[in-house]
Amino acid sequence: MRWVWWLVAAVALVGVPRLLERAGLPPVSLLETGLLAMTPLALAAVGECLNEKAGLVNIGLEAIFMVSATVGVWFAEVGRSGYAGLFGGAAVGALLGLGLGAVSVYGRADQIIAGMGLNVFALGFVPFLLISLWAFPGIHVFPNELMVPRISTPVGQVSPVTLAAVALAVLAHLLLHRTVLGFRVRAVGEKPEAVDVAGLRVDRLRLLTATVGGALAGLGGAFLPLGWFGALVKEISAGRGFIALACVVFAGLEPLLALGAALLFGLADGFASAVAVTPGVKERVPFYFVSMIPYALTLAVVAAVIGRRRFPSTVGRPYARE
Amino acid sequence: MRTPRALRPLIESLATVALGLVAGGLLIWAFGHSPVAAYRALAVGAFGTREDLLETLAFATPLMLTALTFAVGVRGGLFNIGAEGQMYLGAVGATFVAGMVPMPAGVHLAAATLAGMLAGALWALIPAVLKAWRGAHEVISTIMCNWIALHLSMYLAINFLAEPGRAERTVPALPTARYPVLSEESTLTAVVFVAVAFALLVYAYLWGTRAGYELRLAGENPDAARYAGVRPERVVVLSFVIGGLAAGLAGASQVIGRPPAWSLYATLGNVTTLGFDGIGVALVGRNHPVGGILAAVLFGALAKGGRLMEYEVGVLSELVRALNGIIVLAMAVPELWNLVGRRLGR
Repeated sequence: MRWVWWLVAAVALVGVPRLLERAGLPPVSLLETGLLAMTPLALAAVGECLNEKAGLVNIGLEAIFMVSATVGVWFAEVGRSGYAGLFGGAAVGALLGLGLGAVSVYGRADQIIAGMGLNVFALGFVPFLLISLWAFPGIHVFPNELMVPRISTPVGQVSPVTLAAVALAVLAHLLLHRTVLGFRVRAVGEKPEAVDVAGLRVDRLRLLTATVGGALAGLGGAFLPLGWFGALVKEISAGRGFIALACVVFAGLEPLLALGAALLFGLADGFASAVAVTPGVKERVPFYFVSMIPYALTLAVVAAVIGRRRFPSTVGRPYARE
Repeated sequence: MRTPRALRPLIESLATVALGLVAGGLLIWAFGHSPVAAYRALAVGAFGTREDLLETLAFATPLMLTALTFAVGVRGGLFNIGAEGQMYLGAVGATFVAGMVPMPAGVHLAAATLAGMLAGALWALIPAVLKAWRGAHEVISTIMCNWIALHLSMYLAINFLAEPGRAERTVPALPTARYPVLSEESTLTAVVFVAVAFALLVYAYLWGTRAGYELRLAGENPDAARYAGVRPERVVVLSFVIGGLAAGLAGASQVIGRPPAWSLYATLGNVTTLGFDGIGVALVGRNHPVGGILAAVLFGALAKGGRLMEYEVGVLSELVRALNGIIVLAMAVPELWNLVGRRLGR
């Protein structure tokens, strides 16, 4: 059965660009947009893989995207550099991740409800922040020179953050499977009692992964305006935090697979935005249906894949010493 | 002094809301406004006059329904955060029947209401089926359905329901399909009675019938439910359908039960975020239909008062939503009030 899928993939790899070319959509620009769309998903998904391996769930990735996008732009304006913004976004993301981790570890919170609380908070806080910082409702356009510059490569203009996301996915894989710390992270998700008995701190390990996961999501959030859109709107992440969660599910918590899933969803996103702006194509397909593509694909993938993945035995459950 | 057991949840809920208000006050203060002035405007705006109070109830109406969606989900062991999308489609369904299908008075109103509820329930079936037979996690699938519903509803509103010459909204509900306005000085209509009645009906169903008992059992103890022969797929579908009916009614209530527009905005602006707001309402109401009604009045007051707060003090009314999120976060921590109680008891 497996070779059939490889064959399908190979045909798609050769055939789809040709088809797109004929439809008037240049494959290079599609790949460019696809890689941009992949980046925040990959960053958040890789971080969440680590977090869930250690036994926590962060449903609030969407909130971290929204808040760190806004705060990231503010940092960029204050520090007069896009990189300062990325750093600020990652820092805020780390704080939010740590906070949610602490609520889960020490407060023994229901992690799904706590994460949704963070999301609802962001839904109100981000518009409030936008108007408090820039005195204008809902949208903020920042100077173009604050954008993180892209690098020219054979496959088009690539953001350095994209390269960092790929590197981080590889690093996370190596960390999980080749280091003592990674072994401990996996152990704390599977058998926290054993980790505890071995004299290691369950709470600190989990707070560590929650913070790292939050920082990566925060970097992805700051990337949205500073590396991709060039402006800030209040609903900037548009469900991408949840698509990142779908990547994690799809990948069965493996960072490298999560990177692949992020690329798949990124290409779908890139395809949707390309269709929406390309003359000759956009007139034929209603814009609203094009906008649904990433969400419909996520729904399909989650329905197709789940049930076959194995998760750590304590994921989402707080640990208490007997 | 010991507090009676029945009062504990009430006290804890109110304490959590107070905590949210304090946190919100800190945010207001941090951004250079006066929390006292802001909250005074909020209270005056919500309860100042008789018309303000009625308007607060108008704001509470959709919230008690979207809270019901989340609450029935939790009772059945699910996190249905799809009220948002189910509500959009409910609004679209109600708009279609109310605005484009002429019918005799009385029948028309009932038909438009039912159309909204059924549209919401149908939309809820997608995540229900994916959960029951594919095991797809309902948090992800309901959020995806929300976004698809947003684009689908805007498409339908603009292409099929638009009022000629007015791009910003759909055709208004025909006069035969409008709930009677209860008092001329507010936007409260008789739809509030339908909302309360539906919540009470769901309460009676969950606590008074076998199917309702099975649903609650499956939520509280899935293993026991399985041993007792409860079919999990049935519970999933049932809880999503009830939730979808409630959310659909919430969407309908904003079209056929809310002057002056009596229609759906093309941006869905008059219904967006009501679904997410319901999560906090449900939690403060202890995931109980009756608790949800009471909590909805509280959150309705915050929403109504938030308007005056924005107008008078310049604090954006969306801050109320941030406050809602903090309340949800605090409600997620079961140990919170136990910890406080232990400290105080010592």
